[in-house]
Amino acid sequence: MTRFLSIAATEMLILRRNRWLLMATIIMVLFALALTFAGSAPTGTLGVDMLTISVTSMTTLSVYLAPLLALMISFDAIAGEAERGSLSLLLSYPAGRGEILLGKFAAHLAALGFAMTVGFGSAGAIAAWSGGAGADSLIALARLIATSILLGAVFLGLGYLVSALSRSATAAAGLSAGLWLVFVVLYDLGLLGAVVMDGGGSFTRSIFPWLMVANPADAFRVWNIAASDGVALASGMAGAAQTLPAWAAPASLAIWPVLAFLLARAAFKRVEP
Amino acid sequence: MTDNALTIENVRKDRGSATVLDDVSLIVQPGERVALLGHNGAGKSTLIKTILGLTPLTAGRISVDGANPGSAQARRLTAYLPEAVSFHPALTGREQLTLFARLDGQAADVPGLLDRVGLSDAMDRRIGAYSKGMRQRLGLAQVLLGNPKVALLDEPTSGLDPISRQDLYAIIDELAGQGTAVLIASHALTEVEAQTDRIAILRQGVKVADDALESLSAQAGLPTKLRIRATGTHADQIAETMGGTRINGASVEVLCTPDQKMARLRDVAAMGEAVADIEMTPPRLEDLYRHYAKEGMQ
Repeated sequence: MTRFLSIAATEMLILRRNRWLLMATIIMVLFALALTFAGSAPTGTLGVDMLTISVTSMTTLSVYLAPLLALMISFDAIAGEAERGSLSLLLSYPAGRGEILLGKFAAHLAALGFAMTVGFGSAGAIAAWSGGAGADSLIALARLIATSILLGAVFLGLGYLVSALSRSATAAAGLSAGLWLVFVVLYDLGLLGAVVMDGGGSFTRSIFPWLMVANPADAFRVWNIAASDGVALASGMAGAAQTLPAWAAPASLAIWPVLAFLLARAAFKRVEP
Repeated sequence: MTDNALTIENVRKDRGSATVLDDVSLIVQPGERVALLGHNGAGKSTLIKTILGLTPLTAGRISVDGANPGSAQARRLTAYLPEAVSFHPALTGREQLTLFARLDGQAADVPGLLDRVGLSDAMDRRIGAYSKGMRQRLGLAQVLLGNPKVALLDEPTSGLDPISRQDLYAIIDELAGQGTAVLIASHALTEVEAQTDRIAILRQGVKVADDALESLSAQAGLPTKLRIRATGTHADQIAETMGGTRINGASVEVLCTPDQKMARLRDVAAMGEAVADIEMTPPRLEDLYRHYAKEGMQ
């Protein structure tokens, strides 16, 4: 337990020292504020408060940014140590590989959580102050922050997986970029293409929603949109989400972080430094 | 069982179709200092990684004070200095060593250890600003953590200046003095390795020598070189009597085995005024290493 905490504390120190924590928080705050103000126009026509609009805009932002920040922080975790020659030394100490990975994960997730909470929280506070907020929209904001952290946890795990499988930090960075592209952009494009080809057939009605929710990035979108009527109204794309049972998206976002971490743990076990 | 600190029995390691280690056996007693020599690629680092349990064995057995390599017990008992080690550049020396001390699970005097390796002035500077030698010293400091039973040092002299090498030798001595078995892997035989109790030489994954330095040089029977400088025109006469080779106008070079040496010197003395000077070169450590590392390569 003390070993896990020492690794987590050291990783946190590194994130603070190399300004990663500061930069990530600034990025989150700036993007969230920009989207909140840019998206404030349709408030009157839809009849929802400004925080709801802001949460909708920030949901779209987080789908791209949370995986990106998580991968940026995690791709170096194993490959970087291996490249510096410090991995063999670290592994010669009594700390187990699971303990090492979990310590890094805890620190990285805490940093990500901090950046998300400060970024979305400050933008949400400004939106609520200038355009009003209800209990419903405050819950939507809390849900956005919590699910963004879960989505980040998924990509931290996937980043460690890529890092364990790569021979160098550069290769890990390249693979991470590919991973991001597949999960966040290409997967959706593929599904869209399939839906167009199917032309409203059985695939679109029964298989497509499940395929969509199987991708953690889409599950994140579905959960945030389906759970709040106001957000669904503002985003105007609640159709697919309504054919799924309510537990589908939360289940996907709950399973993925564990699955990704276990895959990374299994890959790390096979690394010979 | 045995009370060896480190037992390596008939270890074999295959990588694909290549055999990296072939039937290697080595025993290190507590407090013993053993140098493990060999060219790059001879299998030294692989052997160390098998002792650490980082690389699985194809065949054979390794025991670290009775524990299996890679087990929590073995890792607690082992200290390791990787070749050309580096650390996270954003941490200071003190922070890095504190992490290792906590991972080791024992209370440690971190500033004292850093002072011991000559880093007391730099301990609160970032490792990114350290020279190669300073990083190596930081690596050495973590070897001293928690009284290890076995210390594995992979190329500990690389990047160290001559004074640091003396410090390194003092640290190795200190480890051995507290009963730690020290195994030093190196690609050359220098003063540091020569001051160990025993020298083992690996050649292409096979152990070709394992003995004290004196016995190794006696077995090798390497020749001592005598260079005799003649006065005036006596060089031809000397070359004729001694049977050596003329190397320039006035000098003759003679090779002789250790047991012939005194006889040859008496021959030289008997020639009186014809000899201006004599220079005697015993076989160097490097020659000895080359003898064992190259023997049978053709």
